[in-house]
Amino acid sequence: MADSNTFSGNRGLQVEEKLIFEMDNPGAVGVDLPEPGPIDLDRMGGVARRAGTGLPDLSEPQVVRHYTRLSQKNYGIDTGFYPLGSCTMKHNPRLSEKAARLPGLADLHPFQPQKTVQGALEVIDSLAHWLKVLTGMPAVAMSPAAGAHGEWCGLMAIRAAHEEAGQGHRRRVLVPESAHGTNPASAAMCGFSVDSIPAKDNGRVDLDVLKSKLGPDVAALMLTNPNTCGLFETEIIEIAAAVHEAGAYFYCDGANFNAIVGRVRIANLGIDCMHINLHKTFSTPHGGGGPGAGPTVLSAALAPFAPVPYVVHGANGFELVEGARDGAKPFGRVKGFHGQFGVFVRALAYIQSMGADGLRQASSDAVLNANYLQARLGDVLSASFDGPCMHEALFDDRFLKDTGVTTLDFAKAMIDEGFHPMTMYFPLVVHGALLMEPTESESKESLDQFIEVVRGLASKVKAGAAEEFKAAPRFTPRRRLDETLAARNPVLRWKPQVAKT
Amino acid sequence: MRYLPLTDADREAMLAAIGVKTVDELFRDVPEAARLAGPLDLPGHQGEMAVERAFTRMAGRNLSAGCAPFFIGAGAYRHHIPAAVDQLLLRGEFLTAYTPYQPEVSQGTLQMLFEFQTQVAMLTGMEVANASMYDGSTACAEAALMACRVTKRTKVILSGSLHPHAIETTETSLRYTELDTEILPPDPLGFEDLLGRVDEATACVVVQNPGFFGGIRDLAPLAAICHEVGALLVVMVAEPTSLGLFQSPGAMGADIVVAEGQSLGMGLNFGGPGLGLFATRDKFVRQMPGRLAGQTVDVDGKRGWVLTLSTREQHIRREKATSNICTNSGLCALAFSIHLSLLGGTGLARLAEANHAAATRLEGKLKAVKGLRVLPQSYYNEFAVHLGDDADAAAIIDQLADKGILGGVPASRFYPSWPELRPVLILAATETNTDDDMDRLVAGLKECV
Repeated sequence: MADSNTFSGNRGLQVEEKLIFEMDNPGAVGVDLPEPGPIDLDRMGGVARRAGTGLPDLSEPQVVRHYTRLSQKNYGIDTGFYPLGSCTMKHNPRLSEKAARLPGLADLHPFQPQKTVQGALEVIDSLAHWLKVLTGMPAVAMSPAAGAHGEWCGLMAIRAAHEEAGQGHRRRVLVPESAHGTNPASAAMCGFSVDSIPAKDNGRVDLDVLKSKLGPDVAALMLTNPNTCGLFETEIIEIAAAVHEAGAYFYCDGANFNAIVGRVRIANLGIDCMHINLHKTFSTPHGGGGPGAGPTVLSAALAPFAPVPYVVHGANGFELVEGARDGAKPFGRVKGFHGQFGVFVRALAYIQSMGADGLRQASSDAVLNANYLQARLGDVLSASFDGPCMHEALFDDRFLKDTGVTTLDFAKAMIDEGFHPMTMYFPLVVHGALLMEPTESESKESLDQFIEVVRGLASKVKAGAAEEFKAAPRFTPRRRLDETLAARNPVLRWKPQVAKT
Repeated sequence: MRYLPLTDADREAMLAAIGVKTVDELFRDVPEAARLAGPLDLPGHQGEMAVERAFTRMAGRNLSAGCAPFFIGAGAYRHHIPAAVDQLLLRGEFLTAYTPYQPEVSQGTLQMLFEFQTQVAMLTGMEVANASMYDGSTACAEAALMACRVTKRTKVILSGSLHPHAIETTETSLRYTELDTEILPPDPLGFEDLLGRVDEATACVVVQNPGFFGGIRDLAPLAAICHEVGALLVVMVAEPTSLGLFQSPGAMGADIVVAEGQSLGMGLNFGGPGLGLFATRDKFVRQMPGRLAGQTVDVDGKRGWVLTLSTREQHIRREKATSNICTNSGLCALAFSIHLSLLGGTGLARLAEANHAAATRLEGKLKAVKGLRVLPQSYYNEFAVHLGDDADAAAIIDQLADKGILGGVPASRFYPSWPELRPVLILAATETNTDDDMDRLVAGLKECV
């Protein structure tokens, strides 16, 4: 393998790429701008910039090549199967991108007179309508920017409702230990304390423990359904009844709504609010970590507390309400402007393409695909729970016991096989979790290929090839990275002197 | 259905492999009472052409900024976005990637974020920046919360120069905490006295520069007072291109700088998604919210990048995290970063000069409108104007819209209960405005005022 060294450090299509700051070409420019003419220093408040920014100068070809090369170091759904549990990495339709770029939707200012943006308000209203009908809930707060932001929005509405009812002393929120970390973090941001509820052996909330923890100081229960183990909470209706009987509200984390769209009516579960991740269930791109959108549906009890702004049907068409009025008691505003409009356009284009029938078929296929993985892998991996799963299949690391191979090693070996790893070590309620969510976007052929690879790796584990797993991945632009070094000696930006060493 | 690859034959084969007869059996854990009784009252699936037609119709109901003389700012600015930005954003490896938790297959996103953090730090004059927040307003709220953690104090002072949405978002975020918010009235003339309000109980003062009404000020004296009493100065920047022309908040003594990054790379998009920029000093980094990309090496000793210092974050720390943020604005950060790379230091300075020149040109032309006066003494590409004591800026904007002119934002849209702001209009001019646009605005105003 010594021959694989090259003068450039490149390996064929794998090209080493410097930081953009190391390519500074002073005087080059990638944007041609007109001569601005004389600057009036009297109008600059005595704070005109004295030193340059230090930003590098580059021409357009240099910039385009830089970012194209960076893109080639990434895995994406476009390039392969992304079985990342709880993240719902499904295909991102290109029609949605095209719609979001129509100048009549993209080139609109949020503060234009409302009569000049009726089409934009119609987009928001149409999407809100779909979300309300799909869940059976009477209201939706559209503006939260992501799932965690929607959680916070829902909890703020709950807090406001309790305050209004003279129940402001309710400060405890119950959160199952299998919950996503954002749940307790969101509760803390509303001034709530968090009380954890354990799971039963079958992966569901322990109703008896839940009941024992309910009391006059409990503000809400936050429950993910289907839960993070990929299971439907079978006692959810009893759970809701107990929560309501104790005078608390029921928050549902809707991150896994993808599994049940068109099959389950959220309102029938007794849920008071639930955020919907448009970037999961309704297929808007994750973009390497956002932007997302987290519209939050609300029950009649919580609807009056929805934050501003929201769209109503007025005498002259759609109207954007930006302040308190008509008896509403908005708890405030959660972000600037009117929500993640560009994400709304994409989600609505996807929804209109799929239709009610297509959305139901998507949930069915997502659940079918996950159960197919569970059935075909159950004999070589260790499934954490019996029975059918919903949209994701959960395995733990019992199959790796005494092999010297960890969940992490197994995941890294998947990379060498050309797959993005499954979610590792989440949820926390099983040991060494491997959580696989195939989504409805994968073909049977793609799943079969994945299954063969996992089966192959599992038998390799049994054959005692720990060293090979420890060395994975071997074929990526970078091999395992030292995360301890990164945290111990944080280098969070480029500095000129670094370039010299 | 074009997004679903499974055929009926596939489904049959898979059901058989699972050992069930129907998909419904897989949903057996769902209580009967929760199941949808019948089909929903919603339309069925549609082909691309039909969906495209529906969106073209909705787009046609709007007056887009590019089709009118356009002078609206107030926190969202229309700039020319180089064509390369959007073409690169559409690379599937960027567009369809997840958060880079698996660094070996995410070096593209991670290197980009490291470069973005560096660009934001350079631009704001700060030591360190994170990998983005949702938008400027939420970043502002997070900065106030962080300042309280750092100082262990509870009083947050919000300047009247702040964007009203940043004020409302921050006020909402602090509502159910133990923290107190002191909100100063809107300040179109820039007369606000912040120096006299800062005391030993103050966690932070939050100001915007340029202010919501356009005024630019030297924040060094305020920074000095804050630091004397152990408070932090938080500076919000609503128009990041201004940093090409003016001293950075860091140079003036800011401890935390937050910004709305929309101006670079993103376009207007009716106000969302935005891009929250968040920068601070090294010594505060462990109190910072949001993701951070950091440099390290791989097992072969090669330089690479990972997400780091995640013990601040919700997936590790749960209720003790610095913030609940998870998904941020990754793709918007990429757009910002590409646009800034294309501009470079030279291009950004030139762009900022072009914006300032456009605003001064507009001010000159507005002298022809009787009774109109420009309020701030100094400004970047935006300023508030007073249209005369009896004028109703909202009504005038409405009339201008009927003439096909998008002529600024009336202050009353944000401050409906402040009668003295009724005649105040906020106007922005950028490199996209032509002399002809300005002449049409001036002619329109002359007719309406």
